[in-house]
Amino acid sequence: MDFSFLAQQVINGISLGGLYGLIAVGYTLVYGILRLINFAHGDIMMIGCYFAFYGIFMFSLPWWASFLLAVILTAAAGILIDIGAYRPVRNAPRISALITAIGVSFLLENLGLVLFSGRPKAFYRPEFLSEIREIAGVRILDLNIWSFVLTLVLLGVILFIIHDTRTGRAMRCIAYDMETTKLMGVDVNRIIALTFAIGSAAAAAGGIMWAMRYPQINPLMGIIPGLKAFVAAVLGGIGNVTGAMLGGLLLGIIEILLVALRPDMAGYRDAIAFAILILILLFRPTGLMGQKLPD
Amino acid sequence: MLRVNDLHVHYGGIHAVRGITLNVSEEKIVTLIGANGAGKSTLLRTICGLVRPTSGEIRFLGHDIAGMAPHLVARDGIVMAPEGRKVFVNLSVYENLLMGAYSRVDHREVRGDLDRVYSIFPRLRERARQPAGTLSGGEQQMLAVGRALMAAPKILLLDEPSLGLAPMLISEVFRVIREINNQGTTILLIEQNAMAALSIADYGYVLETGVLALSGTGQDLLCDDRVRKTYLGEL
Repeated sequence: MDFSFLAQQVINGISLGGLYGLIAVGYTLVYGILRLINFAHGDIMMIGCYFAFYGIFMFSLPWWASFLLAVILTAAAGILIDIGAYRPVRNAPRISALITAIGVSFLLENLGLVLFSGRPKAFYRPEFLSEIREIAGVRILDLNIWSFVLTLVLLGVILFIIHDTRTGRAMRCIAYDMETTKLMGVDVNRIIALTFAIGSAAAAAGGIMWAMRYPQINPLMGIIPGLKAFVAAVLGGIGNVTGAMLGGLLLGIIEILLVALRPDMAGYRDAIAFAILILILLFRPTGLMGQKLPD
Repeated sequence: MLRVNDLHVHYGGIHAVRGITLNVSEEKIVTLIGANGAGKSTLLRTICGLVRPTSGEIRFLGHDIAGMAPHLVARDGIVMAPEGRKVFVNLSVYENLLMGAYSRVDHREVRGDLDRVYSIFPRLRERARQPAGTLSGGEQQMLAVGRALMAAPKILLLDEPSLGLAPMLISEVFRVIREINNQGTTILLIEQNAMAALSIADYGYVLETGVLALSGTGQDLLCDDRVRKTYLGEL
């Protein structure tokens, strides 16, 4: 096994893991302020891909306009899901919200099957992203380079919002103490809806990049990346945005390396992610960067 | 300015407030004393909108605010420093103060108020960049009051500001409450430390299991036999 082979696998792992990370950011944002695992998150990502697909193939928009519009529409869908499904159970026991999340997930998947049909659809990939370049013996698809750059930019934007804006401050306050935050004059429902919007937009962006890799989409495509991103979020320390990205990268690298080093175990690829989840929950439930939970 | 009229509140299955009527006039310090469980905190939480009243009126500057959402009550100028301080320990001291001014758009005045809070509590300026969780209990209480002041309250509600503080800090807290009031802010103060509260209050109400037992000026209540026996610990 030579160096360039290993480097190749790590690069592949990073480009896959970056997408896990971007999707995981949405999980972690919502969990951070509501203590809710939004199991519909992967399906929201799927919705984003279909918005992008129909933008291009039904409304003949240029790809970039369609992608941008899809991200915006998915953010709006996230807000609608929050208002329609989660807000009514806001003061109910946490388990009710969790069950609601699972319900929303099934609803979106089956709605997708009805509206979009179960047949996979070929997704669009702009020509210029399809080139493969070779850097120091490592072959990289242009799409993966740009995806990674965009992922880092989006991560930077989200971190900026959380740490340096008035809205982000309110988010961090809600995470700590929702009632006292209301006393500050904060419309808590509005901030939570915004959090869903940001998380859903990140999921749509991640989903579109995911769809361009393969490049096809189907109504159940969100399930596996959604679960993997959940593992990534837990691995990084749920509630921690930087941790979610790190967890995603780590998960991607582990997965790819395993398959590369032991091709005979490739079939266990998904199982690895869940084995990691179980190990983390057993030995370090707060994840790599997680703080002790308040309760 | 603030008028509570025949207010009833059920809270956690208990009829915690049973027909309370009270009045807070502008630029005064009004205090509400009473034993644990007398309904003081429930009353304050109801005024803030955190708890919905069963019946009755809460009139503030002429309109009824009973049952209004808490963030709208806060934007109307009724600002509470809650019991147990409740500072955001994960935010810096400076960020906590900014949260107090969350819904204000008069940014220049916010700057001025920040300087004012820093001059009342110099310790907060020294520790502006520290996470609020690293402050001592007394400092956190200062921060909670400072944060409430950042909202430029028309009326400031203080829920047990002396709770859990060392005696020296308690007198400091009451000195500050007086100073804030002298600068023109109306104050409704809830306290178990009846002596200290009554001695700075213009008017006081004594609450017993959800009903008003007594009311009068701070001085009158301090001299009242029942108050002396029950709340000031005299035999």
